[in-house]
Order: sequence, then C-alpha cells, then structure tokens
Amino acid sequence: MNRGIAITGMGIISAIGNNVDENFRALTNSDKGISRTDNIDTIHKDEIMFGEIKKSNDDLASELGLAADHNFTRTALLGAFAARQAVANAGISNMSEYKTGLINSTSVGGMDTTEKHYYEYFENPDTIKFISAHDGGDTSQKIAEIIGLEGFVTTISTACSSAANAIMLGARMIKAGKLDRVIVGGTDGLAKFTINGFKTLMILTDTYNTPFDNDRKGLNLGEAAAFLVLESDKIVEKEGKKVLARITGYANANDAFHQTASSENGEGAFLAMQKAFKVANLDPTQIDYINMHGTATPNNDLSEGRAVARVYEGKDVPDFSSTKAFTGHTLAAAAAIEAVYSVLAIQNGVVYPNLNFTTKMAEFDLVPQTELKHKNIDHVLSNSFGFGGNCSTVIFSKN
Amino acid sequence: MEALKQELKEKIIAVLNLEDVQPSDISNTDALFGDGLGLDSIDALELIVLLDKDYGIKLTDPKEGKNIFQSIDTMAAYVEANRTK
Amino acid sequence: MAKTYINGIGCVSAQATTAGFPSEFTIDENANFLELVKPDYKEYFSPIASRRMAKGVKNGIVASTLAMRESGVENLDAIITGTGMGCIEDSDKFLKAIIDNNEQFLTPTSFIQSTHNTVASTIAINLGCKAYNFTYVNGAVSFESALVDAKLQFDADEVSNVLVGGIDEMTEYTKSLFKLAGFIKPDDSGPHDVLGSKTKATIFSEGATFFMLSDTKSESTYAELLDIETINKVGVDAVAHKAIEFLQANNLTQHDIDAVVLGFDGDVEFDEYYKELAREFAFTPQIFYKHVSGEYNTASAFGLYVGANVLKNQEVPQQLKINAVEKPSYHKILLYNQYRGIDHSFTLISI
Repeated sequence: MNRGIAITGMGIISAIGNNVDENFRALTNSDKGISRTDNIDTIHKDEIMFGEIKKSNDDLASELGLAADHNFTRTALLGAFAARQAVANAGISNMSEYKTGLINSTSVGGMDTTEKHYYEYFENPDTIKFISAHDGGDTSQKIAEIIGLEGFVTTISTACSSAANAIMLGARMIKAGKLDRVIVGGTDGLAKFTINGFKTLMILTDTYNTPFDNDRKGLNLGEAAAFLVLESDKIVEKEGKKVLARITGYANANDAFHQTASSENGEGAFLAMQKAFKVANLDPTQIDYINMHGTATPNNDLSEGRAVARVYEGKDVPDFSSTKAFTGHTLAAAAAIEAVYSVLAIQNGVVYPNLNFTTKMAEFDLVPQTELKHKNIDHVLSNSFGFGGNCSTVIFSKN
Repeated sequence: MEALKQELKEKIIAVLNLEDVQPSDISNTDALFGDGLGLDSIDALELIVLLDKDYGIKLTDPKEGKNIFQSIDTMAAYVEANRTK
Repeated sequence: MAKTYINGIGCVSAQATTAGFPSEFTIDENANFLELVKPDYKEYFSPIASRRMAKGVKNGIVASTLAMRESGVENLDAIITGTGMGCIEDSDKFLKAIIDNNEQFLTPTSFIQSTHNTVASTIAINLGCKAYNFTYVNGAVSFESALVDAKLQFDADEVSNVLVGGIDEMTEYTKSLFKLAGFIKPDDSGPHDVLGSKTKATIFSEGATFFMLSDTKSESTYAELLDIETINKVGVDAVAHKAIEFLQANNLTQHDIDAVVLGFDGDVEFDEYYKELAREFAFTPQIFYKHVSGEYNTASAFGLYVGANVLKNQEVPQQLKINAVEKPSYHKILLYNQYRGIDHSFTLISI
C-alpha cells in the first residue's frame, strides 16, 4: 500500500446535518433527510421528495456574516459554509503560511439564482449583480474569499462524479509537490433546473429512494456541500497534525458508451476501480467497506452492481451500502459528502445501513448491508459516476 | 391512418432534429431504434413527451416506449387507440 | 520526468483558423461581438450524429479532430477540457423551456447536453476512449486548469498523449445579459481600440481551441510546454513580481523571454494588469490577440495558439504586434492573461 495523502480537516452540510457530528449521528441512527421541499417553488413539490437542507439562503448568509447586498448563490453559500468548517477543523489560522489551493466542484454553479432572475434582470437593477454569479468559477471565488485563500483555485465539473475528481486532483497536486495544502470538495444547491432535468429523464422516484432494491424507481435529488483539507506529510510532521485518514487510491475512467446511461456491464466503473487499486497498491479483498454511488436509478445500480461483481469475481464482495437514501443524490457534492462518510466509517469502525432495501435485484446476488454494523475498517472504496460516462473511484485508508 | 403516419414522421424529424432526413426516408415498418433509423433511449424520452404534448397520452414508465416506438406502424396504432386530443 | 510538447492544434474562432494559422487576420473595430467563422461541419460528422450537438460541441469536435489529425495521434491517455460558461446554448434552452412552459412538456435533450463536460464526453464516445476525462469550469483559468492537470500527468510519466482544449459558446440571451452587466461593450459604441481603450467592458466572441500534447517531439511539434501557473487574485502592483517569480521558478529571468503574449481585451477597468506587464517587459516583443479572437473565458487558448505559431514560424504577425521590438529568433514565450481582475495565468512555452 502506498502511504497516501493526509486528510486533516472536514466540513459538511447536507440534508442530514449542518456539521460532521450531526451527519454521523443521522447515519448511525438511520435518520434519513428526505422530505417535501420548503424552499423551492416547483409545480412538482407534491409529487417528489428531496434531500433538502432546511436552512434558507438568508440563514446561511447571516451565519457567514455576509453584507445584505451580497451576490452569493445557494451553491456558493453552501460551499462557503462547509469549506469554512473544514478549514477550522484542520486548525488552519494562517491561510498563506503554506502554498494552499482550493479545488472546488459543482454541476450547475449559480443556476439556483439564475433561474429566479432570468427574465427579471432587465426590469430589476438589484438583480444584475447575480449575472456574474452564474458560472461555476464564481462559486469557487466566493469560497476562496470566505476562507481567505489567494493562489491556485479551480473548479471541476464532470456532473455527478465532480467532487471525486476534485479530491483526486488535490491528492495528485500534493503528491507532486505543487501544493502543500489543498481544500477539496464540492457543492450543489437544489434548483428547478436539475429537478426538471432529472424529471425529463424519468429517473426521479415519487417516494423514498431505494438503492439496490429490485423495485427501485429512481432517485431523490438532494443538495449539499463538503470539503476535505489535504496536507503534505511535511506539514503534518512539522505541526504534529492529527491525520483523520489518508487518500491512498484514486482513478477516473470513461464509460465511452452514452451521454447519460451507463453501459450494461459497467465498463467505466470497473476500469476506475481497477485503476484505483493499482494506485493504492491494494488488493480488492483488502477493502472493508464500499460506499456505492447507488443512486437508486434502474440503470446506475444495475451497471454499478455488475462492475462490482466483476471486480470481485470468485471472491467475497465486501460490505457495501449507498448513503443516497439518507441524503438524496447531491450531484457534484455527492463524492465530497461520501468522502466525509468514508473517513467517519474508518474513524469509528462502522458500515452505514443501506436504507429502504427489501428485495434483492434479480440480475445478481448482491445484498447491501441493511443494518448498522460495527467492525474494524482499514480501507473504504467510494464510487461516483456522472453524465458523459464519467466514472471515479477514491480509496480512503486508516492512517 | 396514412395521414397520421405521415404526420408522425414529420414530427419525429422535427423534434429529434434529424436534418437531411425526409419523411419518405422512413418506412412504416422499419425499426426506429437500433439498426433502423438509429434512435436511442434519449430519443425515446423525446417521443414520450411528443405523445403527451400533441396527443394527450401520458406514459409514466419509459419501458412502455419500447413496444410503442418499434416502428411508425406500431406508433400510429398506439396513438390512434389512446389519443385524447 | 517526461517533457510536454504541443504536437497538434485545432482552432475554431472568429478567424479562418480551421484552414491553418492565418497570414492575415480580419479586424472589425466597430464590432462588439466577433462572429464565429463557422467550419463546414458536414466534413466532420453526419447530420444524424450531430442532431443533439449545440454550436460549442460541434466546434469542440472540429477543433479536437484537427489537433489529433495534425499530430497523427489516435490513442489518447487523457481528454481534458476547460470551459468558463459551459454549454450555455442548451442550458439557456432548457431554462427558457422550464420558465416559459411552467415546468411542463420538457424534454431531456437540452438538459443532458447542458452538462459542462459534454464536449469532453462526446469526444470520448466518438473515439471509444475510456481514458481519464476531466472538465474544468473556472472562468478565465478554465483552459489553464486543464493544462496544469495535463502537465502534472506528463511530469509523473503517466501519459504519452493528452488532448487538451478550451471551449466557450455564446447565445443571444447571454449576450444581452453580458451587455446589461457591462461585460460586453454597448452596441454601436465603436470603433474600439483594444490597446488604448478608454471605456469599460470588452469585445466578445466564442470559439474552441484544442492541443494535442505528447511526450515526444515530432515533425509537427510547435513548442514545448514548460510551465503554467494560475492565481485567483492578485493586485495590479504585484502582478509583475508574480511574473518574475514564475520565471525564477523555471530558472529564467525576464531577459530569457523573447516575446510576451498579453490578453489585452479593451476593458479600461482592468487593462492596468496588462500595462503593468508591458512596462516590465518594455524591451521584449509584445503580442496581443483579443482584437482578432474576441474575449471569452477560454480565449487564452487562442493566445497559446498564437504563441505556439510564433515559435513554429519564428515570426510575429504584423497585426498582432503591440510594440516594434523584434528578435532575430524566438525561443521562449511568456503568456499572461486575466479577466476582470481575477483568474490570472502565466504560461511558458519554448522551442
């Protein structure tokens, strides 16, 4: 196994909690965060449920201490909220002490605000300030501003695998010595744009999502933000930092099959996992828990399940679950919140339950862990897949 | 029925943005998906909305589309039997 | 540590660049938006294959095809793109449909195609390329982020051939929003002097520029990519110092630089950054290009296209010269870009 890159801080906000502790408590108490929407004015509000964060934009802005005339979108507010927590958790007081970067990720950036003001811009001069807040890069600039970071800032947007790719780039930049410290993660606020988008694909369930269940009907959309602080071993040693866990493996591969659907045999997912094992120098059997992408769409769970079955052909598949039943599918942020959950699984020795599961899928013999399970966990594999065949795997290991 | 088939061909060409394809290029019996016209699952979702919008037919399960959209013949027969507008 | 060579370039822009590096550029000083010179798309894909492709995707496919063709490379180890605004044609279309139809009768195509990584994934699907596939969306350093990523992989000896590109497209509605927000100069406010501008905002455009990066030199090599650095925020007074630091990190001084390519875009509010560097490099040949390419988040990829061609041709096109300084030969070029005072980038290329 390679030594990996140290994780020294985490921050998160999701439908199951406003910080790391609240998220962990919900995961271990089987408290799901799926509900009707309070914040979004959509005609579908009585048909579908969401992994919605109940804090309003005004709540978030006031907690961040923003001036009344700010132009933060919900995606930026959530991102700044989680990133600030991560920085505090890592005990960083002087951001410019080391060469520090921010690698954020988002799928739709400031779309939540754009869709509110789209035609209003020409009538209401107060809204013009949001025109520049639409693109993903603006979201990251805002987060950098809140945490006081000047230097390398970038944003990855590969749909639902985005944050996994941000984590991967961060780990690679530390490994190469390009950065000493990097804050990596992702953020996505709920928007009518994505709600209606997924609705047209007919992959939204009208009830609670049921990952890996034979009768699964689709996903619940969610919103969230989470960030990890990665630091070089030089800093860790010099400052005697507590290492929460390490990133030992990562890979991205492309399914090269279809713009939205995953291939039948999960080729991209299979390749991503294989490459990640190679980077980590781990054998698949050394994985103690797989945090699946598991969106509960018919296509994803079949394709991902087949890929996992291929990886573990002739061997026992490790305990696995999807946490999407708790949080909904939080798009670009998914891999970031699941990275936090993976680290917590290692720290606390738990496998989270895959909620809402009743019937095994007909296509293969895979049954997720449905009850909370305590055991020693050295390595967690986390999968994330996005539109455009984008498949990513990250492996987290005990320090 | 023939008029409906012609109408469906024109609509398919328009909603799927099939530049350079003429209604006469699509036979009534040819497969629309796979080896035939070469349409895929996203096109099927577009056609589901077409049925809803223009003929008042609501499909809730995308899998239903498979049988309905086999060919212009099957599509026209389904529309004829189920249209509400 | 492998080297990184630019072995092929494809460019779709407001100039006739698909036919090769222009010997003469079209300059329209009165325009506030430079219209794209549209390639003959049918040469690159069938109408059925392109039925869902918006302009940006089409341009991306054309530019990437040209870059690969020139280099002769067929197998890629990574596809990495950058786009500041993403696929806004489809995103505008889907958003308009949501609002205009009150969330009813929506179809998925424009939603699917609005995803920022559509160009990179379409290239992968077309080539059947299962390799690493990333897309960066960070304003004016979207393309440079892609370059940083590619360089990281060459440095680690992980790849031999990487396709890197910058793509941005514009729509009529976004154009009107950008005029409202003061990012595009008002209609009929020309003529515009990109270097000596006295007004705010810029002249805009769109385009796609792809580079085939390889670890070995070939007959088609333009230049070696030495280093890239991006900084989200820096003061005008510190920018020249940052440039010198960047050169020092590469064991160079400003005297080693044979030309600087500056992203002057005619916005008097932020031109000081470029003027500051122009003063620092007063005795170095200086090049500008946004009067021929227009401004867009990935216009700096057009700048790299210009820089690479200067090294290959050993000549600075007359229409792109800022000053009269000349060099007998061009070995090392420094590129600098920023947009609206943020997202600064330094790129260093060499022969």
